[in-house]
Amino acid sequence: MITTPDTSVGQNDTGNDRVNDKKAVSQDHAVRKRMISKSVLGLISLFMLVPILIVLLSWTQPVADIWTHMADYVLPQVLKNTAILLLMVTIISGTIGTALAWVTSMYRFPGQRFFSWALMLPLAFPAYVLAFVTVGIVDFSGPLQTGLRDLGINTAIPSVRNVWGAGMVLSLAFYPYVYLLARQAFLSQGRRAIEAGQMLGLSRGRVFFRLALPQALPWIIGGLLLASMETLADFGAVSVFNVDTFTTAIYKAWFGFFSLTTAAQLAALLIGVVFIVVLFEQYWQAKRGSSVTQGSSQRFEASKPAKLAMTLLCTLVFAIAFLIPFLQLIYWTALNFRQDFDARYIDFVTNSLMIASMTTLFIAFLAVIIAWIKRQYPDKLTKLMTTLANLGYVVPGTVLAVGIFIPIAWLDNQMIAFGVTSQQFLSGSVIVMLLALSTRFMTVSFQPVDRQLQRLTVNQEAAANLLSDSPYQRWRQVMLPVLSPGVLTALLMGFVEVMKEMPITLMTRRQGWDTLAVRVFEMTSEGMWGRAALPSLLIVLVGLLPVWILLRQSDKQG
Amino acid sequence: MSLNTLTATLTSNKLTLPVAVFGMMLGLTGCNNSSTTEESVDAETTAVSTEEGVANDGATSTDDQTITIYSSRNEQLIKPLLDRYTEQTGVKVELVTDSTGPLLARLEAEGQNTPADMLLTVDAGNLWQAAQQGLLQPVASDVLAANVPAKYRDPKGQWTGLSLRARTIFYDPSKVSADELSTYADLADPKWKGKLCLRTSKKVYNQSLVASMIEHLGEEKTEEVIRGWVDNLATDVFSDDTSMLEAIAAGQCEVGIANSYYYGRLLDEKPDFPVEIFWANQGTTGTHVNVSGAGVVAGSDNPDGTLKLIEWLSSDEAQGIYASSDKEFPVKEGVDESEMLRSWGPFKKDDINVQKFGELQTQAIQMMDKAGYK
Repeated sequence: MITTPDTSVGQNDTGNDRVNDKKAVSQDHAVRKRMISKSVLGLISLFMLVPILIVLLSWTQPVADIWTHMADYVLPQVLKNTAILLLMVTIISGTIGTALAWVTSMYRFPGQRFFSWALMLPLAFPAYVLAFVTVGIVDFSGPLQTGLRDLGINTAIPSVRNVWGAGMVLSLAFYPYVYLLARQAFLSQGRRAIEAGQMLGLSRGRVFFRLALPQALPWIIGGLLLASMETLADFGAVSVFNVDTFTTAIYKAWFGFFSLTTAAQLAALLIGVVFIVVLFEQYWQAKRGSSVTQGSSQRFEASKPAKLAMTLLCTLVFAIAFLIPFLQLIYWTALNFRQDFDARYIDFVTNSLMIASMTTLFIAFLAVIIAWIKRQYPDKLTKLMTTLANLGYVVPGTVLAVGIFIPIAWLDNQMIAFGVTSQQFLSGSVIVMLLALSTRFMTVSFQPVDRQLQRLTVNQEAAANLLSDSPYQRWRQVMLPVLSPGVLTALLMGFVEVMKEMPITLMTRRQGWDTLAVRVFEMTSEGMWGRAALPSLLIVLVGLLPVWILLRQSDKQG
Repeated sequence: MSLNTLTATLTSNKLTLPVAVFGMMLGLTGCNNSSTTEESVDAETTAVSTEEGVANDGATSTDDQTITIYSSRNEQLIKPLLDRYTEQTGVKVELVTDSTGPLLARLEAEGQNTPADMLLTVDAGNLWQAAQQGLLQPVASDVLAANVPAKYRDPKGQWTGLSLRARTIFYDPSKVSADELSTYADLADPKWKGKLCLRTSKKVYNQSLVASMIEHLGEEKTEEVIRGWVDNLATDVFSDDTSMLEAIAAGQCEVGIANSYYYGRLLDEKPDFPVEIFWANQGTTGTHVNVSGAGVVAGSDNPDGTLKLIEWLSSDEAQGIYASSDKEFPVKEGVDESEMLRSWGPFKKDDINVQKFGELQTQAIQMMDKAGYK
């Protein structure tokens, strides 16, 4: 193999005395490398942006009266609901996630080992499934209130089918993001600092608020960002609760009024909201130190009542967010199993697994490239392009699906027009589905890879440059071992997300290529909640394994 | 597999990821090819079994024996019917399901090269919208003209209704007697305060109902009625008819508006479901009736074969299945209704031409938004 001059000269030429004599050549190379890297990043982010741009640009016929109507009667409610949902999710999932992460990583209490992974399980629940199951249980005609009435208790439990109910369910569905990241932070931030704080006489409460929390905050904010973006892009769960948000308003403008312009304007507004959220997150990211000290595995001791309180807290969250809905799904499944289960379910499961694995591998691969380029050339342009490449996460799935379908169908039509093919070739192929899902979930893979790469110190990299002969060797011996935990997290998170995804899968799937999520749609669209339980349960079950590995992974990292 | 092995596998070779991705891509192309071959084999066999080899432009001859349907009707509802057609004629039917909106967007993007032959959807408003966007082609069919009354068809022949669903009033017989009920508008009367349950205004069925009220009562009166409904609500509106009916059964409210077949399905599951059906507006314009229907897609490669399928769906045999399995009413007159449908008694149907629902849809949604009906 030909040894090429160094790739990252610009940053780390301290260790590159070896190539001093070839400096001119090397600089030339560095410039070219930079150009290539940037173009690659540019291409990826452009690629990720195309669907969004298509949606925004292709909707240009003005229908002013619809916009006025939306602005007068729909938008105020939408803005209010969005604010309430974001606030609720931030506060509730932030508090639950952080508190649970703190007690399970720092204390010993009955059930601590079980809860430390069990509390991740709600991640396997699609938000729309948690929503319809919760409503099914808690609503007036559900078993909870019916049971209470049978016992003669006529309490007025308020309706949950509103923004408050939706906020609760979304918080419960998304707190695992905060939990996972906060836990990683607590486990890795070095208990020595905390022990030192204790020795200096700080109480445990103060240790938490003065030392642990500020250090973990960037991670917690990272988790909250994921939760907020999921909240903004959610359509399924808010529909169950009948709450007007940006996604439902876009749906109304588009499929109710057939006013694409208004839908585009709303989508633009939504993306604006996201930019604010992302900027806020980047502000905290900048503050995130890379304090990676090895923590001792020693845990705090707590008093007996405190231990009991911890067990109770964990049990409560676990029961509401996972166990009860899970049992309800099993119950509904049992009722409908004979009627619904047939050989086709083998296809549904394999199709779901196939598309989830393919997408996951693909985006993890892209994530490594983007994260690496971002590290090599950390300037403003790179940052902007990286942000753009990750924007798909917040665009409602349906909007994104149409955005990707329009250019693909156009390409197909061009190919047919020029006689390259006689039939549609691209649309309805699994590749389109793969690309659309990748656009949506890029950020889920990118974030852990990026975080992991940040742990590689400049010194480590310089040492690697010195000791290895070729970029290949350097990648193999230094970069990949460092990256692999991040890549694994990326793979697992991506897998779970794609399994749960519905609108893009519906729109871009190949004929007859139905997945579990498609099956859920078939049932829920007709309000057959009970019969949607079987495919939902399978989605949850398939998601459990990756979620479990994910937690093992995060523990190991700490 | 332990985590260590997994990580080790991942780290052992930097080429793992790209190679895996590339391999998957190859696999995909392979998938595509193989299934196309399968289809053409199927198509050839069916070509033998059907004498009708209607020659089209010949670009894609395999399409003649396969009809691709974009359907917002659920697979489990429509599949038995289509299977029967395949059994009888050997024509293979492919079903792509999604919500109507995304399906229309898909048809528009694909244009003339769409693989779809037929659009199958619910609600006249949706069908009207598809025709309006030029996604369907007009067909002239004596069979459809004979089987389907004119008010359930597009005047230009772009779509036709295939089954009927009544959207009417349901009540709790332990609290309400039938003679207290009369019209949809009457549910706005203050006597129903805190007793009414409704489904969300986002559902097209409610948009069509309101559209028909705008046509019959005029704008002003209709808006007044909607405001009255909102004032009378017992609880937040529901996301689907089934949970709304269950709320009446559980005693959360006393009256509500739902589609007839949801009630039929609930009765199938629970024969003693404690809710009764009431035919609304019998003294006035008749009960609001909507259609599920179909049209030949503008870019279809096989319009003749598709029309044959639609005609078959309007035949006595198919209409009978519609009514019995889906609890819907046949669109064709004189077809026997199932015992359950007969037990609900005969009723006067609204005479409005259903395409009005499409024309007035925008106005209806805006009115409901204004009135605070969520």
